[in-house]
Amino acid sequence: MAAETLTTSTPAPLVEIAAVDVTYRQGLRAVEGITLNLQAGEFVAIVGPSGCGKSTLLRSIAGLIRPSRGRLTIAGLEPVRARREATRMSFVFQDPTLLPWRDVYHNIALPLELAGESRGAREPRVREAIGLVGLADFAGRYPAELSGGMRMRVSLARALVTDPALLLLDEPFAALDDITRQTLNEELLALWETRHWTGVFVTHNIAEAIFLSQRVLVLSRRPGRIVADVRVPFPFPRTASLRCEPDFARLTGDIGLRLREASR
Amino acid sequence: MRNRLAHLLLMAAPPVAFFLLLIAVWQLATGLGHVPSFLLPSPLRVGQAAWQNCQDLLQASGLTAAAALAGLAASLVVGMLVAIAFSQSAIVRRSFYPYAIFLQTVPSVALAPLVIIWFGPGFASVVVVAFIIALFPIITNATTGLLDLDQNLVELFAMSSASRRQLLFKLQLPNSIPYLIAGAKISCGLSVIGAIVGEFTAGYGENSYGLGYLIIATSGRLQLDYLLAATLAAMLLGVLMFATVSLIGDWILRGWHAPGSVGDPNESG
Repeated sequence: MAAETLTTSTPAPLVEIAAVDVTYRQGLRAVEGITLNLQAGEFVAIVGPSGCGKSTLLRSIAGLIRPSRGRLTIAGLEPVRARREATRMSFVFQDPTLLPWRDVYHNIALPLELAGESRGAREPRVREAIGLVGLADFAGRYPAELSGGMRMRVSLARALVTDPALLLLDEPFAALDDITRQTLNEELLALWETRHWTGVFVTHNIAEAIFLSQRVLVLSRRPGRIVADVRVPFPFPRTASLRCEPDFARLTGDIGLRLREASR
Repeated sequence: MRNRLAHLLLMAAPPVAFFLLLIAVWQLATGLGHVPSFLLPSPLRVGQAAWQNCQDLLQASGLTAAAALAGLAASLVVGMLVAIAFSQSAIVRRSFYPYAIFLQTVPSVALAPLVIIWFGPGFASVVVVAFIIALFPIITNATTGLLDLDQNLVELFAMSSASRRQLLFKLQLPNSIPYLIAGAKISCGLSVIGAIVGEFTAGYGENSYGLGYLIIATSGRLQLDYLLAATLAAMLLGVLMFATVSLIGDWILRGWHAPGSVGDPNESG
C-alpha cells in the first residue's frame, strides 16, 4: 500500500507521447518514433533544422493533425477530446493570425465568445489579458494599425485569455526583430512564472529556446526524431542579464553543435 | 495634405486632358461639316438636346436608376444566399456551380422578351432583367470570399472547437465582405445595362419611361442628339452607382487595411 502511494506521488504527465509517427498523405514522413512526456507546469522548447517536423509535432499535440502511428494523449485523453472536455489549450501561430475586421479587444475576446461566455463574463477577462501584454491603451485599434510586435502581443493575449493549461507556440516571434523578440521572451517568461501553464515552444533560435525553457529537445532533420533532451539548469526568475552569462553562452554553443550534427 | 491634392491633380490631369481633346476634335469635325449631323451631331447639339429635354431625361434616369438599384439589391441578397449554400456543402456547390456560370453566358437581350412574357410588361420585368445580369459576379465573388480562408484562422477556430455556425458567422461571412464589395462594383454597372435592356422591351406604361425607352424611341425618330444625351445619362448613372458602391465599400473596410500593414521592423514596444 505504502509503496503504491509512493509511486503515484509523481503525478502522471499532462502530455504523453509514445512512439508517434506522423506521415502525410503523400507518404512524406514528418516525424518518427517520438516518445516524450511533459509534466504539468513544464516549459519545453523544441529546436531543429527547418522542415524537420517540429511544427507537425506541435500540431499533433494540439489535435490539428492526427498521428499515423503511436499514442498521444493529454491528461489521458485523445487531443481533440481533451481540448473539448478537459484541458484548456491555446495555440499561438507564427503569424499573429488576427481577424482584420475586429479591433484588439474583440480579437482577444474571440476564444471566450466561441466558448459561449456571456458578454459580461468576458469583459474583465479580456481587460486582464490586454493588461498582461501591455496593450491597455490600444483596445480599440485594428490590427492593421499596429506594428508586428504589437500584433504578436494581441495574439498572445488571445491565447492567454482562456487561462490555458497547455500553451503551444509555433515559432511565434520568428518574424520579429531581435530586440522585440527578446523583450517578448522576457514578458512571456514572466507570465509563465505567475501562471504556470504547461508550455511547448517551437523555435529555430537556440538562445530563445534556452532562455525560455526548462528543457530543450533537439530534433533531427526529416523525418524528425528526438536526438537530444537537454535540461536547462538556470534558475527562475530569469532576467535579461542571463543572456550575458558564460554558462548561457556555453549551453547555446553546445546545443548549436548538436543541432548541426542533427542537420546532417 | 497639400502633397495629396497635388498628386490627385496630377493623376486627374491626363484623363481630363484626353476628354477635352476628344470633345474638341468631335466639335471641330462636326462643326466644320466633315461629318454630317444626321450621322453624328456635334457635342454642342447633344448638350442642347440634353438641356431642352432635361425634365424628361431626369425622370427617365430616375426610373432606370430605381430599377437598376432594385435589381442590384435583389442580386446582392439572392447571390449571398446562394453563395452561403455553396459554401456549406461541396455537393450543392458541385451540382449548381456550373449553372451559375451558364448564367453569365445568357444573352440579356434575348432574355428580356422571355421575362416580359413571364412577369408582364412593367417595372417588375425590368428589375428581373437587371437582377439576372447582376447576379453572377455576386455569386462567384461571395462564394470565393466564403471559402478563401486563411488556414491559420480556420485552425484557430478549430482550437476553440467552434461550431459550423460560429465559423460561418464569425469567420466566413466577415471574410467574404471585401469580395462581395468587389462583386458589387462589377454588378452595379451590369444592373444599369440590364435595366436599359429590360426597358427596350418592357415599358413602364403611359407617360412613364426609362432611359432604355428613350434610346429606342429617339433612334426610331433619328433624333441622334437626344439619343446620345440619353446614352450619356445612362453612362453617368453607371459611374454614379459605381462611385457610390466604392465609397460605401471603402467606408465598410476602413481600418481593415491601413498602409504599411505588413509588419513594422522598427517596433517600439
